[in-house]
Amino acid sequence: MNFLGYRRANGTVGTRNHVLVFPTVICAAATAEMISRAVAGTVVVTHPHGCGHMGVETEHVVRSMSGFCANPNVAGVLLVGLGCELITPRTIAERLDGYRQRYEIVNIQEEGGTTATVEKGRLLVEKLLKEAAKVNREPVDISELIVGTNCGGSDTFSGLTANPALGNACDRLVAEDGTAILSETPEMIGAEQVLAGRAASESVKKRIYEITSATEAMAFKAGVDIRGSEPSPGNIEGGLTTLEEKSLGAVLKGGTTTIKEVVDFAVKPAEKGLVIMDGPAHDAVCNTGMIAGGAQVIVFTTGRGTPMGAPIAPVIKVATNSRIYQHMRDNMDINAGNILEGTETIESIGERIFQEIVEVASGKTTRAEMLGHHEFAIHSLGLSV
Amino acid sequence: MVLEALVLHPKDNVATAVRLLEKGKRISFKDRGNDTDVLLVQTIPFGHKFALTDIEPGEKIIKYGEVIGQATKSIEKGEHVHVHNVEGLRGRGDRQ
Repeated sequence: MNFLGYRRANGTVGTRNHVLVFPTVICAAATAEMISRAVAGTVVVTHPHGCGHMGVETEHVVRSMSGFCANPNVAGVLLVGLGCELITPRTIAERLDGYRQRYEIVNIQEEGGTTATVEKGRLLVEKLLKEAAKVNREPVDISELIVGTNCGGSDTFSGLTANPALGNACDRLVAEDGTAILSETPEMIGAEQVLAGRAASESVKKRIYEITSATEAMAFKAGVDIRGSEPSPGNIEGGLTTLEEKSLGAVLKGGTTTIKEVVDFAVKPAEKGLVIMDGPAHDAVCNTGMIAGGAQVIVFTTGRGTPMGAPIAPVIKVATNSRIYQHMRDNMDINAGNILEGTETIESIGERIFQEIVEVASGKTTRAEMLGHHEFAIHSLGLSV
Repeated sequence: MVLEALVLHPKDNVATAVRLLEKGKRISFKDRGNDTDVLLVQTIPFGHKFALTDIEPGEKIIKYGEVIGQATKSIEKGEHVHVHNVEGLRGRGDRQ
């Protein structure tokens, strides 16, 4: 099965053809925004990182930034720096050389202030846009797709409708030799034995237990006993009886196939099929990590409703119930609430989500894209000075 | 016909109510492809589970085709299945 994608010089395939303006440090964030505003057709990211990190956090932020900029949905990136920061455009550019991603660099201290940087940046971005315009969509096998899964603003229906339906879509994608990413490690606690039972190898099984134990230990250190406090009183009132029931409702969004690999946050999977990415359940962080890991499309289930999008990847929003689908109609792409009315089944919504993935990968605009949502976040590992 | 409850996997021994279901109501569902039904012996709030078969103490509760806990007492077919008669094997928020 094919979709229409942008084949890159480095062999990867994008579902979008963005020119990205990316500040490598907060000190360059406003200047990056000015450059993007000056040139139509560009996207910009802002964030509070790039300086003051230490040790493993530095590597974590560099990896997240460079993976994001190297995503195949980006035709070219302008890296905007200050000059004296820890993570300079040069730091990211060295990684991008490894990925063979197209980039340009501008530094504020070198150019002599905001105005000069915006002027130089504008010219560089126009050059990148011209290059991007030469690439056209072409039929590409669906096995080139990496789809990230996310759920946020969950409700009682999430585990009954949208999550199992998204899992069904992931199973269809994996059957076509594509890749699905399941992340949000905290939500795996309680369902780790089920995931481990589907591991492709002993080492994958071991990694699943390692990441869930590490997340549980981290929460415990912060004074929270996840196993002892979940499901929450609100969950129990809503009908969830045990932690394993709650966690199963969440991890089912990745589907039911063999877990081929466990990767760290923002690392690109080496395997095709269902892959776990270790990372927080924070909606924007989860999206950013999966996009930095190469995801070209995200599917996001929500029951309470969220407008969340991403700067360079389309985010398909699946409502868990018909009320929120109607109530936040401008944010929603698919209604899985029909399952509760009995007019559709988990399988039929799964098929519709899969079709929507193919159409969106081929250029169909999602609601989050129409509205201009471009949320981006990297979590801190608590190692900043 | 309006959907009343969801059985998420053929192996499941519980169903989830998708609306408030009154005691005495007969709910039909498919058991391994065959039409069958269950008489509710209690009122089941929306989002809560009820037993599709009689369940012995210590027997596993199956939803999504997976174990979500075990029965702490015998549960009658059509009875409410929740924290009063089920405990998690990996964590239960109102217990620890």
